[in-house]
Order: sequence, then structure tokens, then C-alpha cells
Amino acid sequence: MMQKRDIKLDINGKKYEIAVEPRRTLVDVIRDQCGQTGTHAGCHHGVCGACTILLDDEPVRSCLVFGIQADGKKIRTVEGLAEGNKLHPLQQAFTDHHALQCGYCTPGFLMLAVGILEKDPDISHDDLVSALSSNLCRCTGYANIITAVKAAAEQMRAG
Amino acid sequence: MASKKNVILGERLKRLEDPPLITGQGRFADDINFPHQLHMRIVRSPYAHAEIKSIITESASQISGVVAIWTHGDISDLGPIDFRADKSAEELKAFRQFCLAKSRVRYVGDPVAAIFAEDPYIAEDAADLIELDVNQLSVISDADQEPGEFDEGLGSEAALLTHTFGDVSSVWDSAYLVVDVDLRTGRHSGVPLETRGAIGVHNKTTDTLELYGAAKIPHRNRDTLVRMLSRPPAKIHLHEGHTGGGFGIRGELYPEDILVLVAAERLGRPVKWIEDRQEHLMAANQGRNQHHLARMAFDQDGQILAMADEFWHDQGGYVRTHGANVPNRTMCMLTGAYKIPAFQAKCHFRLTNKTPAATYRAPGRFESTFVRERLMDIAAEKLGIDRVEIRRRNLIGVDDMPFKIKFNEPGLETLVFDSGHYESLLDKALVHFKWDELQAELNERRAGGELVGCGLGVFVEESGKGPVDGARISVDINGDVEVLTGGASLGQGFETTMAQITAAALGADYNKITVLHGQTDRIPYGIGAHAARATVMTGSAVNITALKVREKALDIAAELLQTTADRLDIENSEVFISDNRNGPSVSLAEIAERLAPGSKNLGGREPNLSAEGFHNTKESAFPYGIHFAVAKVDAETGHIKVERFMVAYDVGRAVNHMLLEGQLVGGCVQGVGGALFEEFSYSETGEPLAVTLADYLLPTMDCAPAIECLVTEDAPSPTNELGIKGGGEGGINGVGAAIAGAIDDAIGQVGAVKELPVTPQRMKVMLNRAG
Repeated sequence: MMQKRDIKLDINGKKYEIAVEPRRTLVDVIRDQCGQTGTHAGCHHGVCGACTILLDDEPVRSCLVFGIQADGKKIRTVEGLAEGNKLHPLQQAFTDHHALQCGYCTPGFLMLAVGILEKDPDISHDDLVSALSSNLCRCTGYANIITAVKAAAEQMRAG
Repeated sequence: MASKKNVILGERLKRLEDPPLITGQGRFADDINFPHQLHMRIVRSPYAHAEIKSIITESASQISGVVAIWTHGDISDLGPIDFRADKSAEELKAFRQFCLAKSRVRYVGDPVAAIFAEDPYIAEDAADLIELDVNQLSVISDADQEPGEFDEGLGSEAALLTHTFGDVSSVWDSAYLVVDVDLRTGRHSGVPLETRGAIGVHNKTTDTLELYGAAKIPHRNRDTLVRMLSRPPAKIHLHEGHTGGGFGIRGELYPEDILVLVAAERLGRPVKWIEDRQEHLMAANQGRNQHHLARMAFDQDGQILAMADEFWHDQGGYVRTHGANVPNRTMCMLTGAYKIPAFQAKCHFRLTNKTPAATYRAPGRFESTFVRERLMDIAAEKLGIDRVEIRRRNLIGVDDMPFKIKFNEPGLETLVFDSGHYESLLDKALVHFKWDELQAELNERRAGGELVGCGLGVFVEESGKGPVDGARISVDINGDVEVLTGGASLGQGFETTMAQITAAALGADYNKITVLHGQTDRIPYGIGAHAARATVMTGSAVNITALKVREKALDIAAELLQTTADRLDIENSEVFISDNRNGPSVSLAEIAERLAPGSKNLGGREPNLSAEGFHNTKESAFPYGIHFAVAKVDAETGHIKVERFMVAYDVGRAVNHMLLEGQLVGGCVQGVGGALFEEFSYSETGEPLAVTLADYLLPTMDCAPAIECLVTEDAPSPTNELGIKGGGEGGINGVGAAIAGAIDDAIGQVGAVKELPVTPQRMKVMLNRAG
């Protein structure tokens, strides 16, 4: 066992003071040490994007970040999207437009889309497709994902 | 009474599955933990073919936190992984895989040792220290090379399989035209986004072994485990949680599933194993890898006189749970939607030193459709007949239904295409795709210098192969409906589908229905979700059971409402008198209370508002479809862009059009991957060259075409009450065929595409040849 280091994480507004091995990836820390299992690991080497979270509001692949690198930073995951029973417009759009089947890639796509739309609410179709092409889905064939994200974008713009 | 209308079949209801999945509350395999659990790490062979001299575990075992290290010798009492029921099983038994390699390793990734440790990182550290001392053996890298040796005295051709009908021999010399092709399909796999996972628990209180992370066919796997582990069925239970995609490859019994169970019992602690992606790409079942030498004979009007095919199926290192199922299905479905008088297929079912193969979505059908439709395209060109017309002339007619294909070989199952109006689907699809206008448009673009073309693939699918499935439905005193099935959900919307059938048949409120699946301790039988069986088999059983519950509800409601059952209807969980909608009514909740044990209203009735029902069938349901593609080739880079794609598909009866289209579109994009990008390639010495998702290229959003769906319900299946046929595989079946045709058309060389995937490198070779 390697020497652990004390770190502080803020996940969806909740504080976690934990001791982690320096080699542990952020996705493992979020899941195993903070119990937030909504974030999924799909490939462990930064290709599939299933583990995408927002780290200080930037979409980041949490399998490519060590837990200790997130010390003191603000993390947002899928568990923090809804407000009580009120779904985030992206969550609502994903179910309305059948943008998920097995649901394993869904948290990553949701967080990626949140990051994109918060930064650029008026993003063009082509730029949106290009940005969303960084994550993989094996079930849906993507058509319903792009439809859902565009529907949510419209709603988010309308406020 | 609520104003909401009753649920009907076909309606685009939103999924019941979604709420936990969009809020991060799913329970996938890695989300399941047990106190005091151990973590397993598999040490895999880095050699494609070698004799094991020794496995040195000393330094690994000294790492703090390592509890046990097993090699084959530690579990030598455990036999190889058994087949599910398969007619050809006996001769194939020698080719089965042990959980840990016994004396030889036969592919890179073959498990040789299992580490059990307190933490997954520690287990991985220890795995790095295991040393494998071997004598390397010569590698069989392809199924079509000279057969080699699987074991001492045992060759690598496990079986020579045939399917024939009629007599082809007299045809070739006299036919007006004989077309020959030499075709290959690459090695692909389902590659679900969630890797595999298995957690074994030994419940010492009841001496029960429990496997979590099960999928696809929990009950069938339970039956295999009963045989392998010599335990009664009541002492082994499988539990399916959320499942991150299956596509045929997840949920078969693999070495790791058995190891976690055996270790949980022998080490006395729960054992958890989560596969990493690199392992997945060298350990989970692969498929498709076939080499075909096929021919077809025609008369001058384009009528097919005979078809023959000799092919080599690359099975990889071992024969896994399916036995020879995939090559057999390849041969069965080779003739597709055409009437062919004589047929002869011969398959060399051969072991090689690659990851073992088994079923992947539309197993044998993606491959056979590619072969058959390539032959049709070439024949059309040689005979000067339009590509659509030559297909039309050979289609099995509506008057030929049910259409039987009886093979000469004793013991082979006769196929009975239950229903179909193939020509009608072709007509509708041509109009919908604007085929005629498209030809003019493409001609113009080609005249302008673009390499753009279109293609099509016609196919028949198989679904709902029996023999039986059942369901139990109960309504409680709150009106909540529990639908208990032995089905399985891999993400396809099983719960929604079963709830929708229940709601439609029973008249229950869709939102009050809970569907259970994949729990062998809750229901003793279950067919699972494989080969497009779920909606047909389990759906039919659910329909039958829901109608029984309805009958029971109406019987007592008639008494309560002082009328007769035939005057009653149920909508939105409320029973009312059909011709007096605003009159008296009684809810299913109240009926359940009146039927509770001890209720004074029971009379002579069996207590509880519940029933069990079964659907039995000896026949499969055969859906059919046509795929259309428009593709553009970049002469500079060899990149192929699929501009348009249409899936025309007759499903007999759709339960939920939204989910069905989801299956078709999702399957289609997987097919595009197989046609253009995805390939497990190997070096000559058997090293896998695609062990990350940066090497094995799944389609991304920017290369997925917009896919149009034309779903028809012209030919309901007579094999079940609702007329349902399966929808899981119709999206992928003809993709390779249609895209190949489109590429040929784009570059003006019919028959140019001989191998899938058509990577940019292969495309460039074709262009240079045309040069």
C-alpha cells in the first residue's frame, strides 16, 4: 500500500475529506471512496468518455486524472444534475427522446453536454456534433442523443 | 374515472427504465459490493500458443494484501466450461476452455492465474509479478491456412459442417451464368460500453452460491453451473442488475464467472471481478471472422438455379458455450429471402490462436447476407438486369408462405418462414427511399466527378426461437402490478416492453407496473434475452398471463358491479361497464383486496389477483428487411462517408415503435462500424493489434449516418397471439451488404468490395487497382 495523502473534494456541493493513494484515479476515488457510483469507467484510458465529469466546470475524463489532482476543486457529477425531483433539461430531454438504452454512457454524455452548453449555449450543430463525438455510445447510434441535446439546448436558452 | 386512455401496442411510451439511469442511480456490476470482499485479477497469457512449463507465483504472493493465487492445479477438480444445449456438442468437447489454462495457452489473453487480494490495485500489482515459463508453439493465425494442432494428436479443424438441399452438382455446367466470389468478413465484437463484471458470494447460512453481474441468459447459465459445480438448482442463484449493453457477447458463461463463484466458496469471502477494457478486447467473445468461397448459378432471366458456399470459420482458441451455433446459423440463413432450388454449404469450423469466437448480434447473418447479396450484385451486372429487379425475380412469394427449407442432413432442423410479404416491403421501401429519383441524382453527381453510389441488401432474420417461456403477474392491494419474468435486460427496454404488453392486455395503469427479470431465485424458469427472443417469447407469455389476470379480475368485478363479465372493460386499472362509462366502477386495487386470502368475497376462488402463464412454440418467427445505403468515397484519402441509410423492416407487430426504431438505428450504426472501421487484427505471431478503443474503432457521432426507418407490420407472425417478431438484429443484418454495394456503385466496379471492413487502406488499394 502506498502512502496516502489527505485531500478535500467538493462533489456536487458536498465536502469529502479523504485519504487517498496518489496513484488512484479520480473516477475510482469518486466511486469507491465517495460512494458516487453514477460516474462510470468504460475504458480506463480516456477514449470512451463514460467517466466525464465537470472539474471546475470543465468536462474532464476522470479516468485520466488522479484523485489528488482534484484536491480542493469543485466536481460536478450526474448525481448533482437534478434539483430534488426536478430533472435537469438534459436529463429530461434524454428520456423524452430515447437517447439512452443501456444507460452506461449516459452520465458521461450528460456531463459533457452540460459542460458544452454552459460554455456555449448557442453552439452550432456542426460544432456540437464535433464536441459530442468525443464520447462513445454503443447502443443508440447517436441520432437520439444529438436530438436530445439540441432540444435541451433550446430549453436552456429559453431559461 | 381517470381520463387517460388505455395503453396500446405500438405506442411510443417513454421508458420505465430511464429514471435511475439518467440520475446516476443505476446498479451496474461495479456498483455492487459486499462487506469483506476480495478482488480478483486475472493473469493472462502474453503468448498466442505455448506449452506451459511453470508459473512462478512466489514474489507475487509476498505482496501484502494478496490472499491467494490460483493456477490450474488449484482447481484441477473443475472441468472445462460446458456448452449450452447444442446438437454438435459431443465431437467439440475436446476443444472447451478450462477456467485457467491447463497445459497450453491458446491465445493472447488466455487466463493462466487468478490473484485474490484485498484491493483491486494490489491484485494488479501482484499480477505484474507472475512469471510464465513456456515453450512457444507454432501459431495458427488464420482458419484458411493449413490446419495445425489444437493439442497433441488433435487437429485444429474441430468439425466439417454441411447444410444442403436439392442437388447442386448438375447445375454448374449447364447454367447460363455462374458467379464466383471470394469474400471475407473481419473479426468484430459487440464491445459494450460496460466491460464484464462478476461478483461471487457464498451464502453460508443457506449454502447457496450467488453470482451477481449475470446477464442475457441467467437461467440457462444457472443450469450449466448446476452441471459443472454439482449443486442442486436451488443452491445456485444468478442475479442480473443493470447491464451496460450485451449484443450477444455479454452474459455467456466465461472463465471469470466460474472463478469468482468457486473462489467465494473456497476462500470464504465474496469475490469481485471487474474487467478492464484491455482485457475485454482480448478475452470477451469475438465473431464474424469468416472466409467464403461462394458461387451462384443463374438462368438468363436471372433466376437463381443453385448456390454453393465453402467457408472457413475462425473460432479462435477454444469452442465456447455456443458450440458450433454460429457457423450453423450462417449456413441456415445463406439463402435469405430467395427461392433457391439447390444449395450446398460446407463450413470448416477451425480453431486458431485468437480470442475465442461466439455470437455477436445477428450471428452468421451479417456474414451470410454480405455473401449472398454480393453474388446478387455481380449477377445483375453480368446479366444486364437491374440490381433491384434481379432480387425481385427471386423473392419468396407471399403465396409460398409458410416457406419450408428442409435440409438433406439428418437431424438438421427444418426452417419454416412463418409469414412474409417480401415484395411488398421492397415496393414500399423503394418509394420511401426515393430509389428512382436517387439514381438520377447519383448519375449527375458521378458525372460531376464525385465517387458516390448506392446499394441494397435483402435479408430474412430469425427470432423468437422457442421452446417456452412463462411469466407470473400479481396485483397488490395498492394496485401495483408485479410482472415477474425469467427474461433479461441488456438495455433494449425490456421492462417497458413487458409493461406495455401487460398494460394493454390487462388494462392496468402503465406507471403502476414493475417488471422483474434476471433473478433465478424469484422464478424457476426463464429464456433470457438472446437471438431476438425476449419480446416474442417472454412478451407472449406476459400477454397470456395478463389476460388470465384480467379474466380473474372481471369475474369478481361482475359480482361486485352486479353484471356479467362480458359487459365489463378495464382502463387505467379501473373496471367499468362498457356501455356505461360514467357508471359504477371498481379498481384493480380493490379487486385485489377482495381477492386477498381470507376475504369474504372470495367464494370458491383461488386467493390473490395473480396468475402464471406460458407461451409454447416449436416454430421461430422470421422477420425480414431491406437495407439501403448511399456512400461517398474520397479518392484522395480512401475515406468512406455513408450519406444516407434506410432500414426497411417488417416486425409483424411492434410493441413500442420508439424502442424498435432505437434497436434498428443502434444496430445499424454497429453494422456501419463492422462495414468500415472495426477489426480485431492480429500479427503473424498471434499478438492482438487492437486492445484499446483507440485501435478497435467504434463509430462516433460524427461518422454515424442519419438513418431512416421504415417499419411495417404486414406479416404478423402466426407463431404467437400478438403476431410479434423480433427486432434486435434487423438493424445490423444487411449493413455490410448494402454498404459494399454502394461502394461498388460509387467507384463503378461491381464486385470490388471483397472484404469487410472497408478501411481507408483497403479502399485505396481498390482505387489504385481501378487506377
